[in-house]
Amino acid sequence: MTIAERHEARAANPTPGPLLALSNITKRFQTDRQDTLALDGVSLEVRPREIVCIVGPSGCGKSTLLNIAAGIDPQFDGTATFEGAPITGMARERAVVFQEPALFPWLNVRTNVEFGLKLRGIPKAERGAIVDQQLALVNLSRFDRAYIHELSGGMKQRVQLARALAVEPHMLMMDEPFAALDAQTRDDLQMELQSVAVRIGATVLFVTHNVREAVILGDRVVVMSKSPGRIRRVFDIPLGRPRTPDDHSVADFAALVRAELQESSAEDAEPRYAI
Amino acid sequence: MPSRRSKGFTRETGYKLLRILIFYVLAIGLWWMVAGAQIWSPYLFPAPDAVYASLRTNIENNQIPAAIVASLQRMAIGYVLSFIFGMAMGILIASSKWANETIGGVILGVQSLPSITWLPLAVLWFGLSENAIVFVVLMGSAFSIAISARAGILGIPPLLQRAAGTLGASKWQAYVYVVLPGMIPAMVQGMKQGWSFAWRSLMAGELLFVSAGLGHLLNVGRDLNNISMVFAVMIVIVIVGVTVDRVIFGRAEHWVRERWGYAA
Repeated sequence: MTIAERHEARAANPTPGPLLALSNITKRFQTDRQDTLALDGVSLEVRPREIVCIVGPSGCGKSTLLNIAAGIDPQFDGTATFEGAPITGMARERAVVFQEPALFPWLNVRTNVEFGLKLRGIPKAERGAIVDQQLALVNLSRFDRAYIHELSGGMKQRVQLARALAVEPHMLMMDEPFAALDAQTRDDLQMELQSVAVRIGATVLFVTHNVREAVILGDRVVVMSKSPGRIRRVFDIPLGRPRTPDDHSVADFAALVRAELQESSAEDAEPRYAI
Repeated sequence: MPSRRSKGFTRETGYKLLRILIFYVLAIGLWWMVAGAQIWSPYLFPAPDAVYASLRTNIENNQIPAAIVASLQRMAIGYVLSFIFGMAMGILIASSKWANETIGGVILGVQSLPSITWLPLAVLWFGLSENAIVFVVLMGSAFSIAISARAGILGIPPLLQRAAGTLGASKWQAYVYVVLPGMIPAMVQGMKQGWSFAWRSLMAGELLFVSAGLGHLLNVGRDLNNISMVFAVMIVIVIVGVTVDRVIFGRAEHWVRERWGYAA
């Protein structure tokens, strides 16, 4: 069974209810000097095969929320469940693509993608086949023997994506994965991610501060406001795919989302910056 | 495109070798002239041919080869022990805050001791024996290996361990597959430094008593008032040191550079 087929099979018989359920999540960062309420009673559900994008200003807690969902940060109040079970730590079912290229420099492209498969003790022949598939999916087959420092920023993020997909996550967590890339590469990767996600029926939680990116990728766009971090509004984006940055309807939705964000920052700024 | 190491003999490496060759020819020529000018007596400053003759004699009568083997054997034992102790100490002080505050401080302090200062202690504890020299070698390099191991572990971006965790690595797997390979660049530097400390302490240790190593042979040259032999043995010590550095550490550094992509 290929990865795509396995994804199909899982998508055809989805677990009843949401895949990821975050309910009333509250997270405080306490230091000697400061007590920050990063998340204040945030609830969010992600259904199978859905792409949910979270946008918000820096400091709104969107990455914190993703870290909680991924199991990277197990210290929070509220309940977080994945496939019905409480989230207690990191697991390959919720593989993460990070903003910084978190690749292993001592491994080449191929062995980086293979990393998670090796951990699971998958036999070598099968590993090779899966890696080939993943590299083809992200158009990196030609570079499979290259070392990480030899790659461009966009290629590094593609390797991260392939490495995460190789472990067959039930849900993909992406934390501003394209934020550090140039505009052209970012556009390319947004297109690639859409086609990959559609092909394998992936469920994705995608954090970004780029509104247009959120509208292009998301079936739903969650707008967050800061201090304290709360969900302000959730937009449904009922547009067909693939979506490009130049689609008028994308621009229209982006304008709506942006207006919501501006309203939020105006409310936030008033007491503090009033002259 | 991925860069590939150019293999084989290129025009550039040819020029490089030629430059090096010319440098040595000129250096030996200068040496010859200075020796020929007889500013110092030949028993204080030998000519290159006398040194070469001494080198040849001592190689032919097996003195130098035997001394090299003896010294390298001690190095191997002392260095392997240093690696084991150094790694263990480094991992301990990198993973425990308490150990770092206590043992870590001691290691930093002890590392500042010139390694030959361990010799009197070694002689009192072990007598004039093989163990005394190995002990000096161990003390000379174990601490620098420990410090590098600690720096190597602490220098690994936490993000990489987190990435491994989200790919399904257990704590133990994260250690074996991320921490151990991730500390390699620092370890190569530390082991190289450890090797050079150990080599120096070994030579110093061997100088001081009958030990059949290169350091001892140097002392024999002095006892015989044979300046050519002293020069010859010193040259051999340099050659052995440089060869090990190039062959073992040069390769390790190349391995690191190829992957990490900076001059480590």
